[in-house]
Amino acid sequence: MHTTPSAITTTGLRKSYGDKVVLDGIDLDVRQGTIFALLGPNGAGKTTTVQILSTLIKADGGKVSVGGHDPERAPDSVRAAIGVTGQFSAVDNLLTAEENLVLMADLHHLGKVEGRRRAAALLERFDLVESAKNLASTFSGGMRRRLDLAMGMVGAPRIVFLDEPTTGLDPRSRRDMWRMIRELVAGGVTIFLTTQYLDEADELADRIAVLDHGKLVAEGTAEELKRLVPGGHVSLRFADPAALDSAVRAFGDVPRDDDALVLRVPSDGGVASLRGLLARLDANAIEVSELTVHTPDLDDVFLALTGKPQHERQPAP
Amino acid sequence: MSTHAVADSATMLRRQLRHMKRYPSLTFMLAGMPVVFLLLFAFVLGGALGAGIGGPTGGRAEYIDYLVPGVLLMTVASAAQGTAISVAMDMTEGIVNRFRTMAISRASVLTGHVLGSLVQTMISMAIVLAVALLIGFRPDATPVEWLAVIGVLALLTFALVWLSVALGLVSESVETASNLPMPLVLLPFLGSGFVPTDSMPAGLRWFAEYQPFTPVIETLRGLLLGTPIGGSGYLAVGWCVVIALGGYLWAKKLYARTR
Repeated sequence: MHTTPSAITTTGLRKSYGDKVVLDGIDLDVRQGTIFALLGPNGAGKTTTVQILSTLIKADGGKVSVGGHDPERAPDSVRAAIGVTGQFSAVDNLLTAEENLVLMADLHHLGKVEGRRRAAALLERFDLVESAKNLASTFSGGMRRRLDLAMGMVGAPRIVFLDEPTTGLDPRSRRDMWRMIRELVAGGVTIFLTTQYLDEADELADRIAVLDHGKLVAEGTAEELKRLVPGGHVSLRFADPAALDSAVRAFGDVPRDDDALVLRVPSDGGVASLRGLLARLDANAIEVSELTVHTPDLDDVFLALTGKPQHERQPAP
Repeated sequence: MSTHAVADSATMLRRQLRHMKRYPSLTFMLAGMPVVFLLLFAFVLGGALGAGIGGPTGGRAEYIDYLVPGVLLMTVASAAQGTAISVAMDMTEGIVNRFRTMAISRASVLTGHVLGSLVQTMISMAIVLAVALLIGFRPDATPVEWLAVIGVLALLTFALVWLSVALGLVSESVETASNLPMPLVLLPFLGSGFVPTDSMPAGLRWFAEYQPFTPVIETLRGLLLGTPIGGSGYLAVGWCVVIALGGYLWAKKLYARTR
């Protein structure tokens, strides 16, 4: 993988607002043609990072390269290489979907014919053909995000920033969005994604960096990160203490709760590991009254990496 | 610096015109306010004020002629308020941040607003003038004088619109943006728009004679009705240039500011 050149790099990236430190020395390296996820709770500094990389705001310190250019010294070269989809849909509400796309095409100086052709292709690709003539203000959340993403693609960018692309979407729209993001990468685009959902990073990203209070606390593939998280387990509840005891004999030293008659067996929640667990219960003839699978979530990651669950942290304004 | 300033500004102007076409009610609302004032002053107050101003015939007909230039300025001020509101609204939407991340001419968003407002204001003024003519406004301007009237009004609109783009940008909210240009709407009253300044008490009269709207009103009145213009013409153009330049530089600085 070291043969692939970098699309985005940052070294010691810093940003403060007054005496509030938002980014405290961030080092990132995003390879071309990959999806990179910046994972963190609200106020961790995700949006600030995207704003710096996309030339919206200036960093206080550190080195940044996006598509081979410095956003501060050559902002227009960076802008020519990127597409941005924001957390709050950046669409013109008073224009139709088609007009929004043609507006983008005009601003990319594509010419009338090519602009219309590309707008039509994007409407098709992002499932907006039926709503092409409707005002963006009448769109549902999922449609707005799709239009937003389509608008970011008009200039055929090499690098795409997606700032929390599925926050606030219903599960179906979320899945649609994921599919479209994957299709973008298949076309060779590099994607820099921010999210507060581990499952989203897990689903999409080649590499994930976890951001907390302006610092990177972990970086790696989804598998590597999940290995850091002890939160994945199967919770077994028993009808009586005797059953609990025999289960303890079968599974050895795992966390148990004698009052609730619950045993927590570490597991990745996958079918293979569940099958093994059930087989072992059967082999020992242990009756289980309830079985729940608990997969690691962002809370678990944060508990593991920072020692505090996310909801006990003060969200920064 | 982008080399596409003209093309990008034209694109942004098309965007504004499309907004306008989609919501013509805003254009009519902006024209409606001065029309209401025109009718109020002509028919409710016109009899008494016309008698007060005197002149060869006196009365309402005389006063309508006196009134129209001031109402036209009010139209410009009202449109300026609309510009500030639409700029502030634009800034609260994500679309402007998208523009900022694109390799386009930086000021084109603002230029689009200015040119769009210019078109919108010209439409409003045509409506106001049509109503004025219907209720008895009888200008004696020659075609050349009419051209000059349009030129002065366009220049003033250009100036006030740049100023209100800056006001829209400096406002933290849409509410503030709608309040900030309010004084502009009142300025024709505190000048020679509705009554001659020599009928005012000393302090107010001093302000009324030296504020920028008065020379513009006097110039328009001269062109439309043949009253003496004197130095008002140069003063009017000078004020407009100063306001336009100041508004432009302020707006550009505000827009470039990174948060």
